[in-house]
Amino acid sequence: MLKMTHLAKVYRTELVETYALRDFNIDVKQGEFVAVTGPSGSGKTTFLTIAGLLETFSGGEYHLDGVEVSQLDDNARSRIRNEKIGFIFQAFNLIPDLNVFDNVDVPLRYRGMKADERKRRIMQSLERVGLAARAKHYPAELSGGQQQRVAIARALAGSPRLLLADEPTGNLDTQMARGVMELLEDIHRGGATIVMVTHDPELAARAQRNVHIIDGQVVDIAEEPRFHAHAAQATARHG
Amino acid sequence: MYGYYLDLAWRSLRRTPILTGLMVLAIALGIGASMTTLTVLHVLSGDPLPGRSDTLYYPQIDPRDSQGFVPGKTEPMEQVTWIDGMNLLQAKRADRQALMTGGSVAIQQDNSTLDPFFEDARYTTADFFPMFGVPFRFGHGWDAAADEAHARVAVISSPLNDKVFGGADSTGQTVRLAGAAFRVVGVIGDWNPNPHFYDLNRKNYAEDEGVYVPLSASQDVGMDHEGSTDCWGNGGGGRTPDHNAPCVWLQFWTQLDSPAKAAAYRQFLVHYSEQQKALGRFQRSPNVRLRNVMQWLDYNHVVPDDVRLQTGLAFGFLLVCLVNTVGLMLAKFMRRSAELGVRRALGASRRALFAQLLMESGVVGLIGGVGGLLLALAGLWLVRMQPASYASLAHLDPAMLLTTLLLALGASVLAGLLPAWRACQVTPALQLKSN
Repeated sequence: MLKMTHLAKVYRTELVETYALRDFNIDVKQGEFVAVTGPSGSGKTTFLTIAGLLETFSGGEYHLDGVEVSQLDDNARSRIRNEKIGFIFQAFNLIPDLNVFDNVDVPLRYRGMKADERKRRIMQSLERVGLAARAKHYPAELSGGQQQRVAIARALAGSPRLLLADEPTGNLDTQMARGVMELLEDIHRGGATIVMVTHDPELAARAQRNVHIIDGQVVDIAEEPRFHAHAAQATARHG
Repeated sequence: MYGYYLDLAWRSLRRTPILTGLMVLAIALGIGASMTTLTVLHVLSGDPLPGRSDTLYYPQIDPRDSQGFVPGKTEPMEQVTWIDGMNLLQAKRADRQALMTGGSVAIQQDNSTLDPFFEDARYTTADFFPMFGVPFRFGHGWDAAADEAHARVAVISSPLNDKVFGGADSTGQTVRLAGAAFRVVGVIGDWNPNPHFYDLNRKNYAEDEGVYVPLSASQDVGMDHEGSTDCWGNGGGGRTPDHNAPCVWLQFWTQLDSPAKAAAYRQFLVHYSEQQKALGRFQRSPNVRLRNVMQWLDYNHVVPDDVRLQTGLAFGFLLVCLVNTVGLMLAKFMRRSAELGVRRALGASRRALFAQLLMESGVVGLIGGVGGLLLALAGLWLVRMQPASYASLAHLDPAMLLTTLLLALGASVLAGLLPAWRACQVTPALQLKSN
């Protein structure tokens, strides 16, 4: 589903070159739930933005759903982002002057869907996250957990093949975080491929597989959760 | 998709009413000022006879003595003498031709409660009416035979007909002009070509004359000539020069229906000048011009220089307003970087965002255009309050109304180009992380 080979991302200034990713290799299979962990500045977010085609890379190869993306122009990248990728951000990133319905509508608008089909998908997504009754509410009228659920509904509305989540519970309290995480697990059980960047070892432990990044390189790919304190619980949950 | 962009634009503008208001105000002020002056310029420099002006030519010849003559540089006289006018008229070398001058006549009706009054008059020849396409409400003009016969016939304007005859069909009625009885043969309908191209010696912009009589009859009655009279040598004085005096005081217009005919007529003027020089009347080598209506107006600088200056200044002001709008729009769009980043992440291409932001600029322009239109209407009302001769003409016609809205739309979209482009260059990854 997502395969990066010898990928590099270099930020150049007149004086220095800084490698955000160096000889970066990862292969995420269809239907996997992968947690990407690592210290601050290790390159987690850079990986996620390149994976989501929001940034270009300096070298190596990146195949997304079988397509090598390095030579694609902005229109083609935008189309892939719209059709194949769903984003969930730490800060929710809902558009404040659009209500819940219209926020979920955004990616569908860029796909050029007819109004009936958009409405059906929006309501289906909102029902899935339990917020169909809040369709006319504005983001400011919702709790943090509810806002993140709307963001998840927005990510799901286009039926993407890949969900990219960047610290999805980072701005939530424990109870709300648990709810969001359970929702992600539920989505994964439905067959979605999820790549989640997180600092939180407890969340990472609930993923199928952990990828640890240090200094822009994958240093550890564990089939089993690497946070052993929670391994038993995670294993029990995922079978 | 454009409906969606329109909806987003409307929401965005409502979200920041003060910023939106400032942008709309800047556009409205710029458009209002520039359209006020542009409308005045448009009215003053317009074609007085659309569809006809291309075939109407004003011949100029130079009967003056040789003093001060620089061949190729000295412009010929702007009017003709009585002798030359009659010669050119009787030569009948154009499709139509009319000799004319202006004046003012006293009107005093017998058995009327109306006090005597003066009315602007045109003393002319028969072709004046068909050549200039003058419409008639009642009756018609006179014919060449009436010119020859010095017939006391008159054509009057509708306002004069309303004043003297209560608006009824007055053809066949008698009107007393300068103490003589003239029979009304026609009442002109709605006709008021501006600029007053056929005689720029009186007023460039004005209501047209109320009375038209044969030039021959006007001379018999001794109707006063008003306007410019230029004499040389032993030219006489007086308001109406002697017919043999070396003075120009008449206008001569021709209708030449094709460029070939115009070229032939110009050649005729050269031959005429040579012939007159051979006869000893002219001293200068042939010095002729043949300008059509628009060339004639342009040559005479009919549009006042201050109107051109004002228009230039107003467009400069519009430019300043646009620069301000660019700044405001840049601030507005860059403040929305986070939202634009989210849209990019959700699948919007740069092109889609660019179109969305330009739509927003366009909506600002349309609202600003409506504001500008209201300001232009107010500005034109102020112009009409001025004592200038053209003041009464300052009205917004449908073409200028459409121009106003298109200019506002174009200007605001232009002002939105740079801010929209800049906003679309924002790296979405940064915005999404920093939000």
